[in-house]
Amino acid sequence: MELTIEFREKAFENKPQSTENLQEIANEIRRDIIQSLVLAKSGHSGGPLGSADIFASLYFGGYMRYKKNEPWWEGRDRFVLSAGHMAPVLYATLANAGMFPKEELRTLRQFGTRLQGHPGRDMGLPGIETSSGSLGQGISIAVGMAMADKLLDNTDKRVYSLTGDGELQEGSVWEAAMSAYHFKLDNFCWIIDNNDCQIDGRIPEVMDVYPIVEKCQAFGFDTIVCDGHNFDEINAAFDKFLANQKNKTGKPTAIVAKTYMGRGVSFMEDNFKWHGNPPNVEQAITALQELVL
Amino acid sequence: MQEFSLLGKKPTRHGFGEGLVVLGERNPNVVALGGDITGSVMTSYFKEKFPDRFFSIGIAEQNATTIAVGMALSGKVPFFASYGAFCAFRNADQIRISMCYNEANVKIGGGHAGISVGPDGATHQVLEEVAFLRTLPHMTLVVPCDFLEAKKATIAIGEMVGPAYIRFGRVDVPMFTTEETPFQLGKAEVFHPGNDVAIIACGSMVWPALEAAKELSKIGVSARVINNHTIKPFDYETTVKAAQECGAIVTAEEHQVHGGLGSIVAEAVAKNYPVPMEFVGVKDSFGGSGDPTELMEKFGLTWKEIYASALMAMKRRDKGAVALRKVNEVESYSQA
Ligand SMILES: Cc1ncc(C[n+]2csc(CCOP(=O)(O)OP(=O)(O)O)c2C)c(N)n1
Repeated sequence: MELTIEFREKAFENKPQSTENLQEIANEIRRDIIQSLVLAKSGHSGGPLGSADIFASLYFGGYMRYKKNEPWWEGRDRFVLSAGHMAPVLYATLANAGMFPKEELRTLRQFGTRLQGHPGRDMGLPGIETSSGSLGQGISIAVGMAMADKLLDNTDKRVYSLTGDGELQEGSVWEAAMSAYHFKLDNFCWIIDNNDCQIDGRIPEVMDVYPIVEKCQAFGFDTIVCDGHNFDEINAAFDKFLANQKNKTGKPTAIVAKTYMGRGVSFMEDNFKWHGNPPNVEQAITALQELVL
Repeated sequence: MQEFSLLGKKPTRHGFGEGLVVLGERNPNVVALGGDITGSVMTSYFKEKFPDRFFSIGIAEQNATTIAVGMALSGKVPFFASYGAFCAFRNADQIRISMCYNEANVKIGGGHAGISVGPDGATHQVLEEVAFLRTLPHMTLVVPCDFLEAKKATIAIGEMVGPAYIRFGRVDVPMFTTEETPFQLGKAEVFHPGNDVAIIACGSMVWPALEAAKELSKIGVSARVINNHTIKPFDYETTVKAAQECGAIVTAEEHQVHGGLGSIVAEAVAKNYPVPMEFVGVKDSFGGSGDPTELMEKFGLTWKEIYASALMAMKRRDKGAVALRKVNEVESYSQA
């Protein structure tokens, strides 16, 4: 078998849509993650594949408001990838959202690319609101954005931020959470990719940061647990966030998404060893076969 | 003087990992703390060998640093290692106050140093920590040049008392020092004799410095290469002697030129014996993704850059005129 790389230009829409459509989009995102990583020969497979369904719902289910032809549109909602190492899923999502040509996914991690190993704002890639890669900082940046949007500019703009679950071990994450509650940021949605994996092993073995749900609740978040691979549940969680904002609850929202690292590729699934590696050519061939829809 | 030749290639982080195991065998008080990347910074060796003396702290560099301080104040010799980007800066306040002001016997291993980290990009390519760490009172700071020196340096900081930091890299780099090569904390070593120009280097730039010296000798220039592995306490004597005897200096480091080895040498020279200097290093910019070798070239971290800088420093010394010096500086900056 030969590896054929094909970045297919798609015209996915961003609106409430069927589970089947979202599944197709998530599948395309996963294929693009695999393709860009096998070309890059380095980078993170596990987290990006595991969170692809969340990204599909967020960017194509009508929850993030953005204009693909005007990426820096003033009225846009913002997404901050606090877990910067998960960049491949964000790049694949933004490319499928039409923010830049999908062919550019070929350049991941290469010299001079706008698709840096960890997001680099200096590269000016549409959709990259901030540099990130040092865990536990993005979420605070997102809180700052939500404060500016709500408390200073009086807008109804929303800010989303995704952290890993290992990332929760950084104390600064909880400082951010404390402030989101304190400033009543019902325009802020924190997504936790709860795959129970980090680099050295399972979360409870490396440093037990559970119980996560109860912690988020104690920090004053409206905390929603969902199956991060079930679109009905993911959409319902985002709908709840929108309702919280609309009803001016004054409470930030946390979505604890139960996911599997490496989801969609059998030999990567739920295996922390895939946190930071790319597939080799053979593995990519198998992965892409599994991701045919 | 030892003639150095290429003995193979290995990352300096492996030297750190092996050195830590040697320390563990020699001293039961040596313990290690992990920050979720134990397999990359090679504390994994220690963890396998001494599971009871290894503690996983998770992704919490500030906490790990201060936990280490608490252990040190209880008679232990804790080593905490992570990527330098996170274990020199995320925890900077903890290093300054809890570790150094307390003179706590904590050792930090800072991996993934420099641009040669490669595709991970700017966030992970730490290029500034020497500038910070060398200003801290009581700190010992070492930047070893190859695998074996990293091992010796790790053992050395583990056997001295007081706060210390060792900087090491991710990728394979030339191995050239041997068991016979002298290594003493705080003592810079002349690795190649010469009196026309001095090249003072540390870490991954020592081998390119030796290569540059070899090339320079082909055009009749004898370059003295100094391996300045210990940044703090700094060996003023060796640097000042080089200034006096060579009259022109090039520094080379995989770090920002601002605040690193070059700045320290410049301070030493300006105070004691001013001579023209050139600085090889990263020139006030962040790194970026790319292949490590490609990045080293793009950012001017090669023997060729050292070679050209050596000639420039000599030219400035020989011509002497202030006006010309200005012109040359402009040239050398536009080259970079
Ligand atoms: C401050 C900081 N410390 C350490 C790292 C190195 N690092 C990158 S990803 C990672 C593990 C993250 O685990 P998790 O958040 O669970 O993400 P996942 O493994 O699920 O992708 C670590 C330790 C980092 N990027 N930043």
